Amino acid sequence: MKPAIIAAALLCLLGVAASAAIPPERHVAIKATRFFYSPARIVLKTGQPVVLELTALDRLHGFDIPELHIRADILPGQVTEVRLTPAKAGTYEFHCDNFCGSGHETMAAKIVVED
Amino acid sequence: MGPTISRRDFARLSAFGGAVFASGLWRGAEAATPAEEFYFVQLSDLHWGFEGPPNPEAKTTLRRAIAAVNAMASPPDFVVFTGDLTHTTDDDAERRRRMAEVKAIIADLNVKDVKFLAGEHDASLDWGAAFKEYFGATHYTFDHKGVHFIALDNVSDPGGKIGQEQLDWLAADLARQPKAKPVVVLTHRPLFDLYPQWDWATRDGAAAIEILLTHPKVTVFYGHIHQENHFMTGPIAHHSAKSLIFALPAPGSTPKRTPVAWDPAEPFRGLGYRSIEADPKTAAYELTEVGIKA
Ligand SMILES: [Cu+2]
Repeated sequence: MKPAIIAAALLCLLGVAASAAIPPERHVAIKATRFFYSPARIVLKTGQPVVLELTALDRLHGFDIPELHIRADILPGQVTEVRLTPAKAGTYEFHCDNFCGSGHETMAAKIVVED
Repeated sequence: MGPTISRRDFARLSAFGGAVFASGLWRGAEAATPAEEFYFVQLSDLHWGFEGPPNPEAKTTLRRAIAAVNAMASPPDFVVFTGDLTHTTDDDAERRRRMAEVKAIIADLNVKDVKFLAGEHDASLDWGAAFKEYFGATHYTFDHKGVHFIALDNVSDPGGKIGQEQLDWLAADLARQPKAKPVVVLTHRPLFDLYPQWDWATRDGAAAIEILLTHPKVTVFYGHIHQENHFMTGPIAHHSAKSLIFALPAPGSTPKRTPVAWDPAEPFRGLGYRSIEADPKTAAYELTEVGIKA
């Protein structure tokens, strides 16, 4: 089970000086299974780099945050890493964008970004 | 309706007895000879096999629509189903059973020229294998009375993609069409980003639209979103059709994409099909939305 970097997205850090120390990456594991994500609500901090470690427990799922133009396939049997640094506080919904059966339409969760 | 009522218009009005949708946006001049116009019917999102409170009449809705099409005073030249003929199931045998059943019901149409497109519920769990067995190819073209029709498959890939191979096929086919010839694209998902948060998009739809823009007279008819929607991307009009199983809320109007509840006081509200009168001379399409009668 080698981690695979499928998608990496770095959001611009507004107003952060080049000399500022970049905080270490925080790792957040997210499990995808028909038809939900666990946890269903993830709280992140603005400016804190994050690695989302996505794993599918049963079959192919997707991870799509249309608002941030970030998406990845979540394949079973491997960890899919998505890197991001939230720039703006708010609620960002994500959903499965690989059709996975009767209930696919309800497979969604959210990231809450706080200052 | 226009200033003069043609025989066909009159026949349609008397057959439907309902509201006629005719917006100036999708309607051209009235100058064309009526004899060259034709019409076809679009049915969509039947979800055969679905059971649940959003439609207690799930077993009869499609049959009612077919009976209504058969009762039209002037039969359409052909009927097109824009996907989700069946409701999804993990069981391959059950999927085939649903397809066989829905195909048998559709065979009751008096009109024998019937075109089929797949929806993600039909095709996304097996890359269209069962659909192809029962309904044939998932992308193809045909010509009818001066209009070139292109059926595009954006559902066999579970990611809601058309794929490069089909995009190349689309570009090559379109390049062969005279610029004066109207082109109608039939597909399941919206080709544009209608509401990606609800998966109301095609992942590589922008590439398809870019190709379609190389032709001046393209109109798209699709399904998937279980409601009427009319949208322009540049000169291309995109028209989605109602469903024959349950309506879905307007894009982003509710927190979740849950079906609109069945209203016993107004059964079949929000469900229906559409007839499209095509004028090949002006590439104008007059849409008539027809509800299902209780
Ligand atoms: Cu999924």
